[in-house]
Amino acid sequence: MAYGPHTPADREQMLAALGMDSVDDLFADIPERLRSSPLRLDPPEPEQLLMNRLAGLAGRNRVDLASFLGAGAYRHFSPPLVDQILLRGEWYTAYTPYQPEVSQGTLQSIYEYESLIAELLGLDVVSASHYDGAAATAEGALMTCRATQRGRVLVSRGVHPHYRDVLRTYFHGAGLHIEEIPLVGEGPTAGTTDLAELERRLGDTEHPVAGVVVAQPNFFGLLEPMADASNLAHAAGAQLVAVVEPVSLAVLAPPGAYGADIAAGEGQALGIPPQYGGPYLGILACTDPLVRQIPGRLVGMTTDVDGKRAYVMTLQAREQHIRREKAASNICTNQTLLALAASLWLAALGPHGLRDVAALGAARAAELEAALASVGVARVHAGAYLNEFAVRVPDAASVHNELLGRGVLAGLVLADAVPDEPGLADALLVCTTEVTTGDDIATFARELGAVLAESGAAAKAGQPVGARA
Amino acid sequence: MVPSDLRYTKDHEWVRVEGETATIGVTDFAAGQLGDVVFVDLPVVGRSVDQFATFGVVESVKAVSDLYAPVSGEVVDVNGNLATKPELVNSDPFGEGWMIRVEIGDAAQLGELLDAAAYEKLTAEA
Amino acid sequence: MSASGPRLQPTLFELSKTGRGGDKVPHPPRDALDRLPPEQRRVQPAALPEVNEPEAVRHFVNLSQLNHAVDTGFYPLGSCTMKWNPKVNEWAARQPGFAQLHPMAPDAVAQGTLQLLWELEQMLIEISGMRAVTLQPAAGAHGELTGILMVRAYHASRGDTGRTEVLVPDSAHGTNPATATMAGLRTVSIKAAADGGIDLDAFQAALGPQTAAIMITNPSTMGLFESRVGELLDAVHAAGALAYMDGANLNAILGRFKPGEAGFDVMHINTHKTFSTPHGGGGPGAGPVAVGEKLEPFLPAPRVVREDGGTFRLERVGERPTSIGRMRSFVGSTGVLVRAYAYLRTHGASGLAEITDDAVLAANYLKDRLADSGLYDIPFPGVCKHEFIASATSIKRKTGVRTLDIAKRLLDHGFHAPTVYFPLTVDEAMLIEPTETESVETLDAFADALIAIAREAEVDPEIVKTAPHTAPVRRLDEAGAARNPNLRWRAAVGDWTPCPD
Repeated sequence: MAYGPHTPADREQMLAALGMDSVDDLFADIPERLRSSPLRLDPPEPEQLLMNRLAGLAGRNRVDLASFLGAGAYRHFSPPLVDQILLRGEWYTAYTPYQPEVSQGTLQSIYEYESLIAELLGLDVVSASHYDGAAATAEGALMTCRATQRGRVLVSRGVHPHYRDVLRTYFHGAGLHIEEIPLVGEGPTAGTTDLAELERRLGDTEHPVAGVVVAQPNFFGLLEPMADASNLAHAAGAQLVAVVEPVSLAVLAPPGAYGADIAAGEGQALGIPPQYGGPYLGILACTDPLVRQIPGRLVGMTTDVDGKRAYVMTLQAREQHIRREKAASNICTNQTLLALAASLWLAALGPHGLRDVAALGAARAAELEAALASVGVARVHAGAYLNEFAVRVPDAASVHNELLGRGVLAGLVLADAVPDEPGLADALLVCTTEVTTGDDIATFARELGAVLAESGAAAKAGQPVGARA
Repeated sequence: MVPSDLRYTKDHEWVRVEGETATIGVTDFAAGQLGDVVFVDLPVVGRSVDQFATFGVVESVKAVSDLYAPVSGEVVDVNGNLATKPELVNSDPFGEGWMIRVEIGDAAQLGELLDAAAYEKLTAEA
Repeated sequence: MSASGPRLQPTLFELSKTGRGGDKVPHPPRDALDRLPPEQRRVQPAALPEVNEPEAVRHFVNLSQLNHAVDTGFYPLGSCTMKWNPKVNEWAARQPGFAQLHPMAPDAVAQGTLQLLWELEQMLIEISGMRAVTLQPAAGAHGELTGILMVRAYHASRGDTGRTEVLVPDSAHGTNPATATMAGLRTVSIKAAADGGIDLDAFQAALGPQTAAIMITNPSTMGLFESRVGELLDAVHAAGALAYMDGANLNAILGRFKPGEAGFDVMHINTHKTFSTPHGGGGPGAGPVAVGEKLEPFLPAPRVVREDGGTFRLERVGERPTSIGRMRSFVGSTGVLVRAYAYLRTHGASGLAEITDDAVLAANYLKDRLADSGLYDIPFPGVCKHEFIASATSIKRKTGVRTLDIAKRLLDHGFHAPTVYFPLTVDEAMLIEPTETESVETLDAFADALIAIAREAEVDPEIVKTAPHTAPVRRLDEAGAARNPNLRWRAAVGDWTPCPD
């Protein structure tokens, strides 16, 4: 066995000590009728061949494209120090700091993570981490139900469709009610949460609302009127859950500034590679009065018996291993190593670097908007955005596919991601960050212009546009 | 030795009756079993509690325990000091560590509680 | 621990000095943010620390050296399976083709990862004896919730809406009852039989038309194979309920017991336990869920689909209406799953069987060494699986030294402590899981340390009760931490620097 230490003599010695002839004797307690068929799997693979196999699989993915895809996962520059520190075995091969005296590294790193994120969010209490932005959002929404003793939550359709799916799954399970607030259809605020509809639903005093969930920026990259949403929610006795993108908080008003009670979000952008969906970092935070409602681990600063500063997991009586069926959540394993990655990335960049990253993404987005406009492609919505926006492209799915063949990943086909959202049948969601180059933008505009010109000609000739792969 | 003038539940709450009012807390045995108490969650004044139903929760570092009302009645006072000094439950469980006062709804319920001797016997067996 | 001794660190915030660090990314044009509406802009910058690279690196390297880890020493934490984390797995997950792939990338450019995920599903199907697998859940508890939500959906699909209870043994992980609550079901706790196993009569008495599922950990949290589980499964299915297996202890049964073959309907697998993906100081993990045919229609979306031509794709939005929906964003913790895949390929059928044989052999060897010492109580002295319970009840009676003290004293011997005070059903419990990757020399040294501590307790109990003595810090004021929580660093006013513009 690949990593096993035992020589045949070791095994014999151990069996002899047990007074047994065969290791099979150790499995005599499995009744005959329950014993399994042999494993039908391939034979063991030596490391060298395994590496060839894995390199081959990795090579079948295309990561060399000029990419404008965001939609909840963002590519950012990560200074090499981040991954070099993450590769220290003292970090990644430790477990939950159950013995704080020999886990001060992990504990202090979590405390620092909580502090860094609290600064970014303008909130007091930050959980040690949740699975991802979607699960954190669901937990945040459930918190509002516990805190208000109400069972109805309103979620804006500007929240990422995956997050809304997860909210539905969790709420259905818990027997709670979730309902969606539509987006404004037209005009200068098109694509943002319909505040009039939000106010109307909040006014249904028969079914009082526990929480309102709004994303900033929203799924379509638009800036939402968070302060207004917050005021409306609070006027109805409900709480606001702000779903935020942490890099944007370098330049956008933080949840604490507009009165959010809870903030949730995806921390992947803080130095964690996209890696096809995870492991990511669920950020969940709240104001001080809600500290006993927040699920997941919390680390606090304390002292040891000699008065030395030290760190420890605290307020554990909220958690499943103590409160069992009455716990706030069943979460146990979390995303501690990803929280460390986020701290490392924030430490490496510093406050000014973080602001530069956010501002560069915005600057590139403005360049992209202009470049696309030059080939006749305009935005879908009129409102302000930071670094992601939707554009109108005729026959978007086919054009997207055609561009793939030309080395451009032209963002997200919105009709695939949110098929039930009106008015987005021919739209792409595109995004830039500081790693987007001027060449990428030029290539995208040039190829898009060419594809549209060809398809225009093809459409006139009654031909279908570039077939799907 | 537990105070002889109190009545007790099998769940380790005590009750001190003064006229129509019952003061309720947990015993030193309960406090010892829990360890360092770090948080006490109590009902608001005006709420009703039912005999042997939960009226709150007490948390220590690594344990949590429901609090059971020895008698039914309306909560007329809550020990606000416990919000900032939960350790009073450990240091003075029968005194400053009291939790709530209720206006007794049915004095006959007191007959269902243990006296000091019976309670001591219970804890000696635990 | 570092050879030069523990290096307690100030916080990152205390290292900060205005003007340090920077130049990692280019500066944006001055007008980059001019289009943001003023009311949406951040007024006061976040007071994040300003440190330069050498300081940041030293801070985190010194912090790391305060940790005990599998890479530094023995970590016999019961029910956590702290086995070796192979280095090739880290290499694999960092291959740019895997690491840089966007989760919404079109299927056509994600074929390598999709194939890997599909093959991993097939391997887990074989190991579990089930019919289908979802790789979406992010951790074991997340897998539990996925499984129980599918159970609910199954009963609902049959119009069987009166099933509101989940039966859970009292020795179960706290996640089991907490999961039932999250799924809107009520937990009924069932006491174990005298031999530590399932009390079949108690279960049968509790089973009925109101039972949605049972949740069983097998081997149990006492390290025992549930020999009566066959009869229990018969009774559960006769009652119309479903059977969930908590796969936390899968390391003990690879190739010996396939839950699906035995009749379980659903189970989760902790890749961070059985399949060596690193625990990361508390996470990430991954909690794939395997199901039999009854629950397959309800699996979370999207699944990985293999097309006839041998290409792979993800299910489209709304493609399978019977699904319980999503449990998280995107496909799953793919980076973790790449590591699990590498581990499974490395071992193959014969290697996996050896893992279980060696893990069980090591646990029994260690258990017998402690039993032979006569110092520790071994409540279940028969054959154990990959872990076992020792108890300090007798030591406590004789010396006043408790399990907690012994756990702390083990730290002075350079070992991590076992899981302590779990399961809750055993007095002064220590749950010890050595795993298959520890040598007989390490097992002997650990047994010797436990024996030495028990003897030390008899002659000098104070030194045990005040342990650890050589760790970076001594025992902590946990009560103070909980009474007055300090959960974040608060920068002093004026600590932040205004933006240059």
